[in-house]
Amino acid sequence: MMRAFTTLAAAVTIGLAGSAWAAEQIEIPEYRWSHEGVYGTIDRAAAQRGLQVFQAVCQSCHGLKYVYFRTLKGIGYDDDQIKALAAEYEIEDGPDEWGEMFYRPARPTDIFPDPFPNEAAARAANGGAYPPDLSVIAKGRPGGLDYIVALQMGYEIEPDGFELADGKYYNAYFPGHQISMPQMLFDEVVEYQDGTEPTMLQHAKDVAAFLWFTAEPHYDTRKEMGVRVVIFLVVLAGLFFGVKRALWRNVKKH
Amino acid sequence: MALYDTQYQNPLIKWIDSRLPIITLMDNEYNKYPMPKNINYLWAFGAISMIMLFVMIATGIFLAMQYVPTTDGAFDSVERIMREVNYGWLLRYVHANGASFFFLAVYFHTFRGLYYGSYKEPRELLWIIGVLILIVMIMTAFTGYVLPWGQMSFWAATVITNLFSAFPLVGDDLVTWIWGGFSVDEPTLNRFFPIHFVLPFVIFGLVFLHVAALHICGSNNPLGIDTKGPQDTVPFNPYATMKDLYAFFVFAVIFAVFVFFAPNYLLHPDNYVPADPLVTPAHIVPEWYFLPFYAILRAIPDKLGGVIAMFGSLVVLFFVPWLDTSKVRSLVFRPLSRLFFWLFVINCFALGWAGAMPAEGIWILVAQVGTAFYFAYFLIVMPVLSRKETPLPLPESISEPVLKSGSPRPKGGGRVRASATASRKEKA
Amino acid sequence: MSKSAQKPGAMTVDESDDGDSRREFLYLAAGAATAVGTLATAWPFIHSMNPAGDVLALASIEVDLSAVAVGQAITVTWRGKPVFIRHRTEDEIAEANAVSLRSLPDPEADEDRVQQPEWLVMIGICTHLGCVPKGQAPGDPKGDYGGWFCVCHGSHYDTAGRIRKGPAPANLPVPPYQFVEDTLIRIG
Repeated sequence: MMRAFTTLAAAVTIGLAGSAWAAEQIEIPEYRWSHEGVYGTIDRAAAQRGLQVFQAVCQSCHGLKYVYFRTLKGIGYDDDQIKALAAEYEIEDGPDEWGEMFYRPARPTDIFPDPFPNEAAARAANGGAYPPDLSVIAKGRPGGLDYIVALQMGYEIEPDGFELADGKYYNAYFPGHQISMPQMLFDEVVEYQDGTEPTMLQHAKDVAAFLWFTAEPHYDTRKEMGVRVVIFLVVLAGLFFGVKRALWRNVKKH
Repeated sequence: MALYDTQYQNPLIKWIDSRLPIITLMDNEYNKYPMPKNINYLWAFGAISMIMLFVMIATGIFLAMQYVPTTDGAFDSVERIMREVNYGWLLRYVHANGASFFFLAVYFHTFRGLYYGSYKEPRELLWIIGVLILIVMIMTAFTGYVLPWGQMSFWAATVITNLFSAFPLVGDDLVTWIWGGFSVDEPTLNRFFPIHFVLPFVIFGLVFLHVAALHICGSNNPLGIDTKGPQDTVPFNPYATMKDLYAFFVFAVIFAVFVFFAPNYLLHPDNYVPADPLVTPAHIVPEWYFLPFYAILRAIPDKLGGVIAMFGSLVVLFFVPWLDTSKVRSLVFRPLSRLFFWLFVINCFALGWAGAMPAEGIWILVAQVGTAFYFAYFLIVMPVLSRKETPLPLPESISEPVLKSGSPRPKGGGRVRASATASRKEKA
Repeated sequence: MSKSAQKPGAMTVDESDDGDSRREFLYLAAGAATAVGTLATAWPFIHSMNPAGDVLALASIEVDLSAVAVGQAITVTWRGKPVFIRHRTEDEIAEANAVSLRSLPDPEADEDRVQQPEWLVMIGICTHLGCVPKGQAPGDPKGDYGGWFCVCHGSHYDTAGRIRKGPAPANLPVPPYQFVEDTLIRIG
């Protein structure tokens, strides 16, 4: 009874949750990410390169509205670098003493400014499509980072007979294949400061690594803590197994 | 005056206990309470469920301190909890995954009750309170799922509240009343927050009644026969408490693996997309613990029929003590009923599977067959088998079976059945 | 464990064999580990109520003083509290310096409370029970000593923000600040 229950439940609950999404997806290529596995951590160099790509390509249309500049400490920037990085952006502030809004250079305590003042403006500038905020996009799409890379790499000429609407682009991995975002990544879109070869795939993977960090800024802390908590709980369970056994050993079975 | 005649000598304890015998009560119910000595680890899921309730209430209260129940603020405040609040990510992931693990524990607890006949005389009321707890839990989980105000939150709220529109005459007014408007919007979110906050305390009260009812009847056990005296029992503390704690820590290891290493595995990516009342996600699915009910809802091609079937699948549980009239509690001694029990369990998983799949083709058929079997199990199989099936001979008492067989019974709950079978064979 | 014969289970429990000391150690270790675990679990809950990352990050502000004329005062918000900044007149500075320290309830020299004598910067919260004293606006009562007056319970502060009369125990506190430029200060 017991054993049958446990195995069944474990197998099926896990299977169920996973299968729910597997059903209708287009197969996307899977990559190895440095943060995968029990001891994997966010690849800071890749995330820094990803930030470079984000700044050069993505931020003209996509916001990062939950990310403060100071958060970038988590991918290895120091205070001065963050200050300089933030100062490249203009932030709307105010009202001042005359009641006027004004622009000032961003500070580490500011968030990445949105490229558009509101959704209507964003749609107007993008042929009716709304470029989503990218802060948590890595968790907000089935397939996660692999999907983000696949989407960047998936621009193709549409197959014969495929009717592409005006202002849309064909993408092999986008649901329905008609995407409003044109292909933005090509080889050598940016020159990496660390000398990594700037291929299109490299750009896509780096920006994905960066977006993983923006989606889970406490990722490394969480897993580091997880290892300790799990070990502690295993020891605790072991101790209580001993206690339980010592107690019940003397219970006359019958 | 009629002070309680306490057994305690310590002046302070005596002073309190003679006026309010809470210490005697605790001592009787959680210390001396006689526990059948043959309980197995499935009996730990009651305690595990209770601990999970406390975990959910504790994390929930601290999350509520940071949460903003407005359509503009909800998603942002959850992200702020995840990013800015100290250990906010931990509290939220424990709370979000805790719901799954709470249901997991409660489902184990419920199926254990079904298998060993824990709902039978004199434990009918105990069972009914348990079903009530399950229903309030479902309401709590649903209102809680709406709070992050992601796409899944919004559309779950829309779909589930629309169930009530199926009722004739009052349906539309009822839904408008639930929404506080003409769609799921700010007023809906505003009211779901306090409802979600308060219901766990209702559960807490019901748990108290559940335990009180249990302690009047005494705990059931894998053999399903009454305890005959102190030779059949051990004191709750430390025997059951330590066993329960051991079981809980094993449970907690699995829980922690999810919280720290796969916290989003049981959540849906769409709920990291802010609610958009104009766009429904392509594939909306409830959390795994609602999937069988969802499948029942979708199995019936009629709107009202589906709603009635879904609510009926819970309501039927209230009547289980009177649907199964067999005097023998434990399915250990009812092989045919045991077979159907396992079919029922498999059927629940099949329903769950169908609920996770798009409502088309083969899955509709699976859901329909599953729904039919679900109700047939309670309404036909149970009453018929309890009359027709001849149970195997029961042991005299918990201490008896192996006294006769002469061999020491192996330890561990899982093998109770083996030893019972052994003694049964000898008798035969 | 259960030694009394009345307890249920007394008949089921065989007390004869056991390594008692090993058992005792096990109980102790399990108890201690549970205690440690409970304490460690409590911390994330408690700490979640401390100021969050975004609250801490906004803990410093910059204030432009160029528009504040001599004799005027402005109030700015820092960490949710009012900060009084007064551009003091020569008379007020002289008055603050003229007082004998020994006569003060909370002795502190004026020069220890300012970085530039004409600018007095302090947190405008009465050290008695947390009200905001009057004295910032031109028409406000300024108390018997020409500084600030707390209407809640009648504490009088002088032109250096020191307590002179009333129930408050201490001077108005000076926040950490520095002059970034001649008329620009950073508080925090």
